[in-house]
Amino acid sequence: MSTSYLASALVASALFATAASAGAATDSELAEIREQLRTLKDQYETRLRALENRLQAAEATAPAASTGVASSTPGASASAGIAAFNPAISLVLQGTYANFSQDPTRYTLAGFAKTPDLSPGRRGLGLGESELALSANVDDRFAGNLIVSLTPENTVSVEEAYGFMPSLPYGLVPKFGRFFSAIGYQNEQHQHGWDFVDAPLVYQAFLGGQFTHDGLQLKWVAPTDQFLEFGAEVGNGDNFPGSARNRNGVGAGSVFVHTGGDIGTDHSWRAGLSYLQTRADARAGTQLDTMGNLADVAFTGKSRTAIADFVWKYAPNGNTGERNFKVQGEYFWHRERGDLTYDASGALGLMQAGGYAANRNGWYLQGAWQFMPYWRAGARYDQLNPGRREFGTNTDLLDIGAFHPDRYTVMFDYTPSEFTRFRLQYARSMTRPDVTDHQLFLQYILTLGAHGAHKF
Amino acid sequence: MIPRLLFLPLIALACIGTPAWAMLNVFATTPEWGALVTELGGDKVNVYIATNALQDPHHVEAKPSLVARARNADLMVATGAELEIGWVPLVIQQAGNPKLRPGQPGYFEATAFVPMLGKPARLDRSEGDVHPLGDPHIQTDPRNIARVAGPLSAKLAELDATNAAFYQSRYKTFDERWRAAMVRWEQQVAPLRDVPVVVQHKGFTYLMAWTGMKEVAALEPKPAVEPTVAYLSEVLATLQRQPARMVIRGAYQSDRPSRWIAERAKINPVVLPFTVGGDSEARDLFSLFDDTIARLLKGAQ
Repeated sequence: MSTSYLASALVASALFATAASAGAATDSELAEIREQLRTLKDQYETRLRALENRLQAAEATAPAASTGVASSTPGASASAGIAAFNPAISLVLQGTYANFSQDPTRYTLAGFAKTPDLSPGRRGLGLGESELALSANVDDRFAGNLIVSLTPENTVSVEEAYGFMPSLPYGLVPKFGRFFSAIGYQNEQHQHGWDFVDAPLVYQAFLGGQFTHDGLQLKWVAPTDQFLEFGAEVGNGDNFPGSARNRNGVGAGSVFVHTGGDIGTDHSWRAGLSYLQTRADARAGTQLDTMGNLADVAFTGKSRTAIADFVWKYAPNGNTGERNFKVQGEYFWHRERGDLTYDASGALGLMQAGGYAANRNGWYLQGAWQFMPYWRAGARYDQLNPGRREFGTNTDLLDIGAFHPDRYTVMFDYTPSEFTRFRLQYARSMTRPDVTDHQLFLQYILTLGAHGAHKF
Repeated sequence: MIPRLLFLPLIALACIGTPAWAMLNVFATTPEWGALVTELGGDKVNVYIATNALQDPHHVEAKPSLVARARNADLMVATGAELEIGWVPLVIQQAGNPKLRPGQPGYFEATAFVPMLGKPARLDRSEGDVHPLGDPHIQTDPRNIARVAGPLSAKLAELDATNAAFYQSRYKTFDERWRAAMVRWEQQVAPLRDVPVVVQHKGFTYLMAWTGMKEVAALEPKPAVEPTVAYLSEVLATLQRQPARMVIRGAYQSDRPSRWIAERAKINPVVLPFTVGGDSEARDLFSLFDDTIARLLKGAQ
């Protein structure tokens, strides 16, 4: 009773207030309305003028058409039909000829667990990964992207399959699904965009070649003139250095920050810091033991990786077509704590579990110089440092000293069009003690279909 | 150690980054649209120009500096017709600024207001780096600048309604000055009608259409395909049958092919600024055409 009385009193007072203000439609308010009308009129005049211009433009087309130059009316009409909403499709075709002085099936990084994908490739002529990419807007909020890799072994793998929201304001860019983590610099790039045929040793040793999340990513770009981007990711952590764990919750998390900008017209750069944490449950790998056996090992525990990366690009006047220079480098710190089972499969009959602690690091530095249009030369140096490791009860079996795997690489490539690249690469790879592998690659990369993005 | 490292740049940047709140932030992809926004917006707009005249606007990467500027922009003024297809979509996506997405009020494409020329008869990459919607280098015809100016002014007024009258009056002044200048330029280019020329890159379609010059040959066998000596020799043979007065290239293009042909065919090599800032004379849109015409007239002698 009292509430309804209160409500009607409120309505009455509101009505009174409105009536009072309407009654007080003073000269100043009339002037405001007039001003608004005038602005409106001005806007329409501007639009009319624009229409007139378009009309003139359309008229100007007629003589152009008669001179035989193909032309169109302004505002190309959107194509219709059932295929109009098909996603953009692009394809990458690759192949290599490889020559290795050492047997590539015996390739290992001494002192570092070997992941299943770790191989320099096959000898002789071989097909590389063929990549199929589809992308389109889903609706007014979401967009989607699928990148499938068709391997030369006739298997299909989903490299990336994610949705993202380009519609969010305030510099927020969320992504969800399977995607290459934005840690480091090269991790987010597809292999056909790299400056060398193969991944740096730090990526092979610490991220299994390239780290992929099945999960969520949120990036935020700060509203500053200097580029500053923060990001965080969570994922299931199934991929190396983690492993599938059959548990609820999150298996891997990462955070990163990137900054960058231009110096004058000639230089641009980006630098970043990233941190990745994963958990492994009986992560299988192989490792050379002190007796020279390639033993199966299984790791259970926590892996932490920190990466500092930078890239610097130089082009006189910013004109990359003529000459340009690019330097990129990344430093990895890798820390693992947990248990390591030696001879996990029991093949040697020596299965034994022991504590495990490792602090390792590694880095690479590479440069590519486009000395004339279409031609580039590049060099890279890679190094892994065994750092400090403790094997607990397995000390006698696995402690293989302080060997530093390293590699020197040089490459030449020719890019006759934006869509074709041929590359010659030579590497002197020393990833096992007293063994030097001379690796020679000849590679082609063809890009077809929708125009790709020019990533920095 | 790492958390502290993360915060250091943050603190440093908080001191530098002071966004201009009151002004309309415009991200122009190329110098000509940056110059046009300045003509139309005056001190009410804050213009960032993503490329310079010595860069090929097609071959630009989504650099960190571009992403940062797109983050705060209220309006992106692009050429369109796939000129910036390699980087503008990526920049907008990475910046997390949905105002600039195509179809939104904050995205303006100049080629939408211009009759497109040079549409390829055959749409295939075997024809080189073809632009399916036509030659995107529309800024070489002053009539196109006039066509874009009206809608661009209306766009500024739409996004910044409080200054609508200001933009309207700036446009009126600019349009009058531009039309007067066009009358002068059209008189100046009259002697260029039917003058045979060679172009290095097929990027002067609109200049040819406006001046009436005749494009006898292009030094690139196909758009953005490197000319070989064998192909240049063919062009040379064509020129012996059908002489040209000059060979034209844009300031951002390599001088080798046009120098090669100029020496052998005994014709004048002419470097055009192509856009604002392409040389020291082309400081704004007016001087861009003054300088372009002066160079063409000199080359035609």
